[in-house]
Amino acid sequence: MHPVRKQRLWLVLFLVVFSSSAIGLMAYALRGNINLFYPPVEVAAGLAPVGQSIRVGGMVVEGSVQRSDSSLEVRFDVTDYEAVVSVVYTGILPDLFDEGQGAVAAGKLDENGVLQASEVLAKHDENYMPPEVAEALEASKARMAEQNGEQGYGQ
Amino acid sequence: MWTLFHKFGSPPWLYRLSGSILRWLLPITLLALVGGAVWGVLFTAPDFRQGNSYRIIYIHVPAAVVALAGYYVMAIAGAVSLIWRMKMADIAMRACAPIGAALTFVALVTGSIWGKPTWGTWWVWDARITSMLILLFLYLGVVALYEAYENKALAAKACAILSLVGTVNIPIIYKSVDWWYSLHQPASIKFTGGSTIDPSMLYPLLFMITAFYCLFTCALLLNMRVEILQREQRTAWVRALANKGAAG
Repeated sequence: MHPVRKQRLWLVLFLVVFSSSAIGLMAYALRGNINLFYPPVEVAAGLAPVGQSIRVGGMVVEGSVQRSDSSLEVRFDVTDYEAVVSVVYTGILPDLFDEGQGAVAAGKLDENGVLQASEVLAKHDENYMPPEVAEALEASKARMAEQNGEQGYGQ
Repeated sequence: MWTLFHKFGSPPWLYRLSGSILRWLLPITLLALVGGAVWGVLFTAPDFRQGNSYRIIYIHVPAAVVALAGYYVMAIAGAVSLIWRMKMADIAMRACAPIGAALTFVALVTGSIWGKPTWGTWWVWDARITSMLILLFLYLGVVALYEAYENKALAAKACAILSLVGTVNIPIIYKSVDWWYSLHQPASIKFTGGSTIDPSMLYPLLFMITAFYCLFTCALLLNMRVEILQREQRTAWVRALANKGAAG
């Protein structure tokens, strides 16, 4: 390769490596702000500010969803399997919101550590399958549980 | 290998080669796009949680995948243009930008349409979506920067640097869902390991991704041909081509 071109090649490589590391360091420094939500374990540890708008995300605990009879108020718990945060929300939930599924709630933490949510979003996972396959999986999981003598999801 | 590389620097050679590629690639691409869309929309089962709304995946994912890959094509063309000062590399780089911008835009819009029924919102500033928006601005930035210069050699130099610096965004977009907490779900298809999509839904998706790669190639070649003709309009071979077209 011609020496001038070789020099330019090094320049190009330097440019890419240098700018990548600069932006990489920036992203690393800002990592707390890039996260869309706090996991419940950070809320429990007191890392999430009280009284400020934040988002908390995790799995909706099975059996925790309680709907009010007289209003649109709904209460549920989200967990990352390490800690639990209770959420109170008044409004219409997205179609895919369900127990045992992911959700992200935006709102303010009150003094009791309950999130007063103004918005609840459903988070879906990366699994896609036809309903029949899902049913077959569910059935085989139930059979396995029966064989192992487990009692559902409870611990 | 080097002679082939230098041949790519020859406008008439590239013009003729792209012409003979497009003659068969263009109809195949159009057929594959229509076929893949029909396959995905009519002949796959609905998803067990999302029902029919997940079918937008057959546009959303291919557009996003090719938008990311197209950026590397643009950046590599930019590097070649910086190192070898090759006019055809400038043209290839400039031709990538609007196609990539269009694909990124499609990915953002379809993602937004998908987000409303599944997540419950049109837009959220999570890492994946925001970095994808930055990709759109990078593509548009290359177009704007190129057009801002009167001198095309200078324009190519500036755009090449911008597109090379922007490459850092591509791994960020790809890994954003793993590095940070985001609303967007992690990747279903991974380079290593299996996919988390049922095979009956995966095959039409892979088919559509291939079709979108072909679409990108076709659009790139068509864009380059126009630019080649415009730049070489005073040369003998373009005049001969024009005369032949006018006569026949």
